[in-house]
Amino acid sequence: MAAVTMRLPVPRKPAVVNAPRGSEKHLVAPGDTITTDTGYMRGHGTYVEDDKLIASVAGVVERVNKLICVRALNTRYNGEVGDVVVGRITEVQQKRWKVETYSRLDSVLLLSSINLPGGELRRRSIEDELAMRDCLQEGDLISAEVQSVFTDGALSLHTRSLKYGKLSQGVLIQVSPSLVKRQKTHFHDLPCGASVILGNNGYIWIYPTSEQRDEETGGFITNLEPVSMSDREVISRVRNCIVALVTHKLMLFDTSVLYCYEASLPHQIKDILKPEVMEQIVLETQHRLLDLEG
Amino acid sequence: MAAVVLSEPEKLYIVHGVQEDLRVDGRGCEDYRCAEVETDVVSNTSGSARVKLGNTDILVGVKAEMGTPKIEKPDEGYLEFCVDCSANATPEFEGRGGEELGTEITSTFYTVFSSENSVDLKSLCINPREHCWVLYVDVLLLVCGGNLFDAISIAVKAALFNTRIPKVRVLEDEEGSKEIELSDDPYDCIRLNVENVPLIVTLSKIGYRHVVDATLEEEACSLASLLVSVTSKGALTSIKKVGRGSLDPESIFEMMETGKKVGKALHVALQKILDEEESLGTSRQKVGFLG
Repeated sequence: MAAVTMRLPVPRKPAVVNAPRGSEKHLVAPGDTITTDTGYMRGHGTYVEDDKLIASVAGVVERVNKLICVRALNTRYNGEVGDVVVGRITEVQQKRWKVETYSRLDSVLLLSSINLPGGELRRRSIEDELAMRDCLQEGDLISAEVQSVFTDGALSLHTRSLKYGKLSQGVLIQVSPSLVKRQKTHFHDLPCGASVILGNNGYIWIYPTSEQRDEETGGFITNLEPVSMSDREVISRVRNCIVALVTHKLMLFDTSVLYCYEASLPHQIKDILKPEVMEQIVLETQHRLLDLEG
Repeated sequence: MAAVVLSEPEKLYIVHGVQEDLRVDGRGCEDYRCAEVETDVVSNTSGSARVKLGNTDILVGVKAEMGTPKIEKPDEGYLEFCVDCSANATPEFEGRGGEELGTEITSTFYTVFSSENSVDLKSLCINPREHCWVLYVDVLLLVCGGNLFDAISIAVKAALFNTRIPKVRVLEDEEGSKEIELSDDPYDCIRLNVENVPLIVTLSKIGYRHVVDATLEEEACSLASLLVSVTSKGALTSIKKVGRGSLDPESIFEMMETGKKVGKALHVALQKILDEEESLGTSRQKVGFLG
């Protein structure tokens, strides 16, 4: 049965701010005057014109003593040490891989920063270098942690823990990095049956929760068995819920995704992406989150 | 074409999902994404339409200009297609990068509209052998989100439905020279009959089954696709196969049947939305690009 729905476009409604927030954020657009006080130092995202400090990006004004900067909201991922990222291999070079993480420069994954299959600890030899492509190829997805930041801003990644490594079957969604909330852990096993990795760089990976927990392989053996139908439905539903949250600019963290999933259960999976259903689900999620806070 | 790179397990996941009729976003193999259609978005054209099919965003403008009929068809007007892949869609389209895709889409549309009954070209004639209306259909690709051909054909049909061609009269002088007079009333115009304008349905072969309205990820998993153009009555006007892979005749037949079924549903949905928009008349709130 073919289902085709078409609709007329509806003008966007201005966002309704439900609850009064503790500290009002100072939001600026490019060209807005931040302050006319000349005593401040200008940081990133600002410039001086006619003795006025003007914003050059759209974002939130942050002030640290005498330094004023504007943190842009719609920007590429700016990595920090310790962040969990999901990336895609773009190149295989000598002794390293180039990984695309939606930042300004491709991140680097050194051969010495991965766990060798088999879990041995030794110096990387020529044979390891030649066998790099057997480990990770162009197009493969990995989860990794940022080890350090090079002077030019490129990130150096590592997968030296058993929880990081190559990702096998699942679904990837790309969202804006500003929408992913910083938390203690980014690997979540949702009680509904799927697991999700909320990468700080905006790459969200949803995959079926695997039964086996002992992985001495270090995460390089991929499971190619077909995923069961019930797992697929959960994964598709979680994916649509995340798309709904992102469309309405809600922060993504495990609780918001879970609440959105529960709010979407009365609807069919493909109906979640309809604008009216999306709005209803997100509104319900917002209410539950506010109840949780208050 | 803006292609997305996928890992092998990701492709396997998509292929297995299609086998079980549950795609990544929960749709079935014959379901379309939610489409938004709006006409009359560009004010200085004779007709225009904007279609958003999921991520894919297409803008079509139709301009009616006076020209000379083609020599082999002296009492008919004609359509000219031009497709521009804007660099806004993907950085690969910068400069001349989008030309190859643009020419491919243009030639497909010429084939689709080559059937005699698609558009009533005789109504576009003013003076046989001397003057006729030429409809320049310009397509602008704003965002590439998979399934370009379907979205463009929906936008073209909507724009042709929205096209208003001014009424002209031919006056003959005593010396025999002909003058063309435009009517004074700007709302006095002729509309095109778009009943037989075909819509393109792209069927992508993934694994052993085929899907309609493939996203970019699904297109990366499919080796061969079939483009069928279907009229509202279910008649096929053209078929085109794209892709490196092969299709065996049985699957081509199945895909054609699915294409006809889905095509008819597309026409019904589109006509309903166009009639709804028309019935709102001047009270319709125009959304456009800033809404």
